[in-house]
Amino acid sequence: MRFVLRRAAFYLFTAWAAITINFFVPRLLPGDPVTALMGRMQGRIDSNAEESLRVLFGLDQDMSLWDQYVHYWQMLLHGDLGLSFTHFPTPVADIVTQALPWTVGLVGIATVIAFLLGTAVGTGIGWRRGTWADSLLPITTFFSAVPYFWLGLIAIAVFAVNLGWFPSNGSYDRGMVPSLSWEFVGSVIYYGTLPALTIVVSSISGWILGMRNMMVTVSSEDYVTVAHAKGLPARAVVVGYAARNAILPQVSSFALALGFVVGGTLVMEMVFSYQGIGYTLYQAVSTHDYPLMQACFLVITLSVLVANLVADLAYAALDPRTRQEG
Amino acid sequence: MSEPVLEIRDLHVDYGFGDDPTHVLRGVDLTLHRGEVLGLAGESGCGKSTLAYAATRLLPPPGLITGGEVWLTDRDGRRSDVLGLTDAQLRAARWRDVAIVFQGAMSSLNPVFRIGRQLTDGIRAHRPGLSPRDLEARAAELLEMVGISADRLRAYPHQLSGGMRQRVMIAMALALEPQVLLMDEPTTALDVVMQRQILEQIMELRDRLGFSVVLITHDVSLLVEVADRIAIMYAGEIVEEATAQEVYRRPRHPYSSGLLGSFPPLHGPRRELSGIPGAPPDLQRLGAGCPFAPRCPHAMDVCRQVRPVLGPPSTGEDRRVACHLHDADLVGAGASSGLPPELAR
Amino acid sequence: MATSTTAIEVAAPTGPDDVAQGVARPGRRPRLLFLRNSKALVGIVILVFFGILAVVGPWIAPYDPDQVSTALLQPPSGAHWLGTDHTGRDILSQIIVGTRGVLVVGLVAGLGATALGVIVGVTAGFVGGLGDEGLSALSNVFLVIPQLPLIIIIAAQLPSAGGITVALVIGVTGWAWGARVLRAQTLSLRKRDFVEAARATGERTWRIVLAEVLPNLTAIIAAGFVGTVTFAVLSQVTLAFIGITPVSEWNWGTILFWAQNNLALQRGAWWWFVPAGLCIALLGMALTLINFGIDELVNPRLRSTGMHARTLRRRGIRPRVGFTPVVRPTGPGVRDVGRPALHHAPHTEEER
Repeated sequence: MRFVLRRAAFYLFTAWAAITINFFVPRLLPGDPVTALMGRMQGRIDSNAEESLRVLFGLDQDMSLWDQYVHYWQMLLHGDLGLSFTHFPTPVADIVTQALPWTVGLVGIATVIAFLLGTAVGTGIGWRRGTWADSLLPITTFFSAVPYFWLGLIAIAVFAVNLGWFPSNGSYDRGMVPSLSWEFVGSVIYYGTLPALTIVVSSISGWILGMRNMMVTVSSEDYVTVAHAKGLPARAVVVGYAARNAILPQVSSFALALGFVVGGTLVMEMVFSYQGIGYTLYQAVSTHDYPLMQACFLVITLSVLVANLVADLAYAALDPRTRQEG
Repeated sequence: MSEPVLEIRDLHVDYGFGDDPTHVLRGVDLTLHRGEVLGLAGESGCGKSTLAYAATRLLPPPGLITGGEVWLTDRDGRRSDVLGLTDAQLRAARWRDVAIVFQGAMSSLNPVFRIGRQLTDGIRAHRPGLSPRDLEARAAELLEMVGISADRLRAYPHQLSGGMRQRVMIAMALALEPQVLLMDEPTTALDVVMQRQILEQIMELRDRLGFSVVLITHDVSLLVEVADRIAIMYAGEIVEEATAQEVYRRPRHPYSSGLLGSFPPLHGPRRELSGIPGAPPDLQRLGAGCPFAPRCPHAMDVCRQVRPVLGPPSTGEDRRVACHLHDADLVGAGASSGLPPELAR
Repeated sequence: MATSTTAIEVAAPTGPDDVAQGVARPGRRPRLLFLRNSKALVGIVILVFFGILAVVGPWIAPYDPDQVSTALLQPPSGAHWLGTDHTGRDILSQIIVGTRGVLVVGLVAGLGATALGVIVGVTAGFVGGLGDEGLSALSNVFLVIPQLPLIIIIAAQLPSAGGITVALVIGVTGWAWGARVLRAQTLSLRKRDFVEAARATGERTWRIVLAEVLPNLTAIIAAGFVGTVTFAVLSQVTLAFIGITPVSEWNWGTILFWAQNNLALQRGAWWWFVPAGLCIALLGMALTLINFGIDELVNPRLRSTGMHARTLRRRGIRPRVGFTPVVRPTGPGVRDVGRPALHHAPHTEEER
């Protein structure tokens, strides 16, 4: 229990740090673009909305930094993230809430599949060193070295443009009205398959390599030798002794690598024009929609923190040593 | 002498699969008889642990067994060569016929499983018919046999002290009442009091259950107390083998003599600890002669050219030594100037 | 570009291939071992190739990468080896000229992040106590916050996000992993005898750190540096692809930006986006291979068993944990290995 509480406290701290970074970034950087945009919006923007943008970007020179900070927190706690410039006057919070489920569905599921599959493959390769399985390593090395988005481009070129198996962009058939019908869900799955597969293929190699190295390291631990000496069946040794212990660092690195993986996979949404947070961030960047940009960063960070906490809970469940009291 | 339960014949082991491997065992012959405690001693890196691992084929890569035989007798008296078994046969023989207690009490237990599960999974693998309740009862019985209360079955390894963990390992090793127990420095990581308690417990269990023990340690004085016979290893071969008393009172090999001189005597007047000059040899660069010759105070010309063979000494005693000083032919030919006093007692 | 670690600037020695054996030989210097690692060697060769390209690129490029021509969107030909883009610019020239931008950003970001990581990590590990707690928490925070989105929002709000600016942003946000690893290693070094001895003799702290601790961290610092360079290259290319960095600055990501925005995929202009991506992959692979070499140097358990799988098979050796291979030249059991030696085998289970 103590372990989980300590981790939870750390994530709260990190969330605070991320929000504070979000507060300071626009203040430390030259604020001219925002002022310019606000100037262009003059008259079309109501005074309330203008006020929140001022708070978000620190345009109130007469307020002390501390007051600005308190004000900023008050806004955040009310769920006010300002108004989007491009989708004026839609509140940023609305856009982000709409995009988030798509990302959790696509990136979340694909990442979990990649982790599970990669761990399983890594177990196999790590256990059978010096066999044909080792020849898989250069392939995974290659995949770990290419940028995710480029694999996305290749996937579109081959499977969408040339073979025509999958649509090249979007998240469902535009001719449909979103509803909970089988037809619509089927369309979502059809549109999501190619991006999901691409994310799995591009991120799986990291998990394979990590698990392979941990298996190699754990295989020479004494307790694995003892398991062999006991004459346990091969399966029991691999699964119960070697993999069961090798997966512990794998889970903690899952937590740590999540930020990296999510960053890369968000770009995949941009390539596939998939209407999640990553694509929203891309649009915000290309249209200089600063409030939307800031909000996307916050939401991404908080989601990663939640995923981290889940990974830590899994770790605590897997390792009895963390459950020790005192 | 009773019949042999473990016979190691001319065992050769290399490290490295390449063209230039290190020869870590170079023709080891050793026999363990029923009910006997055989001590195996030597400096670090002499190959004594490798011998235990190789005899059970547990040596990790890049270990490679390049020759010899290891004959193991099972409870029904059938003999089989461990090195020729299939994987399935080897699995069946392990723990049932030969069990091992490793050096690291701390790291020999799987940190994520409860003690009870680790005690029972080995039994279940060999006796699939047992019910969960029988398994649990057997595990409790085993724990109490080594003096740990049965309620610790639900404990995780990190909740036990070092001494307790090593007792658990011993209980685990005896789960299937094996014929042979190999113990690789079983008490090195423990304090002196705990060492003694655990060794006494093993000896008592041996008397009760009747298994044979190979006890591997660098501590010769410990062996003198508990072992029936002692084999001394140097540079991947056995240089002397005799009863414990003979080795202690009348070491024949200069290395044995030096090894005994580096530990305080158990009884009798104190003497100065001498130790052995020089460092253990580089197994990559062994010459043609006796591997101990560069450090030997009595080395002769022949020692640097001809490797001595393990055999009875010139005195005709019932023991084996690999040293030219005791070679009947050489002694008879007057090649040596008589035995040094500490080897002639 | 300078090669990435100081440990590799030694000429390759030739000799018996015993690098990967489990038994360490005394007196062999680690840097020699490093170069004998075939993975690291391949990585270094690729890296040196790109390094040369980065230096001499603008002189050997066949065309000016910005020069438009009438050969619009042409597939590879004798005149344009890698074809042309939608305004007739030569893609091979863009790749060659863009190499410098990629490597410079990688190098600057790697140096910055490594310097920060060393300072934070070694300080945290060496001072201990509250300072350690604070610095560790700081690096964990930077580790958990997704870097790429952070880099994107910072770079997008800068008035001009040129190569060096992006490199600095990546450096400032990417130091945490190195710091974490270095802290752990410093902690264990601090308790070693030679550091204790230096303390006992009253050496000043900064001298202990420079003379006793840092040299022992070389391999880890090198690995962290190479890892950061890899990350920086990928991040920078991604930023260019999204269009955050100025599109007038050539690097491999810029090429992909133009390709994506001019429907290269839909037009089937594979020569536009495949070569640039392969270059990124090749460079990334080279860096990863170098890091494998360093890893295997630090953790001998990871080394492969020193021979090719084929050679092992020919000798009948299958290296496995738990079942030591037996290769007996003569005597009984020569051909019996893996076959029943007696007749009471209770199991019929066969090995996979």
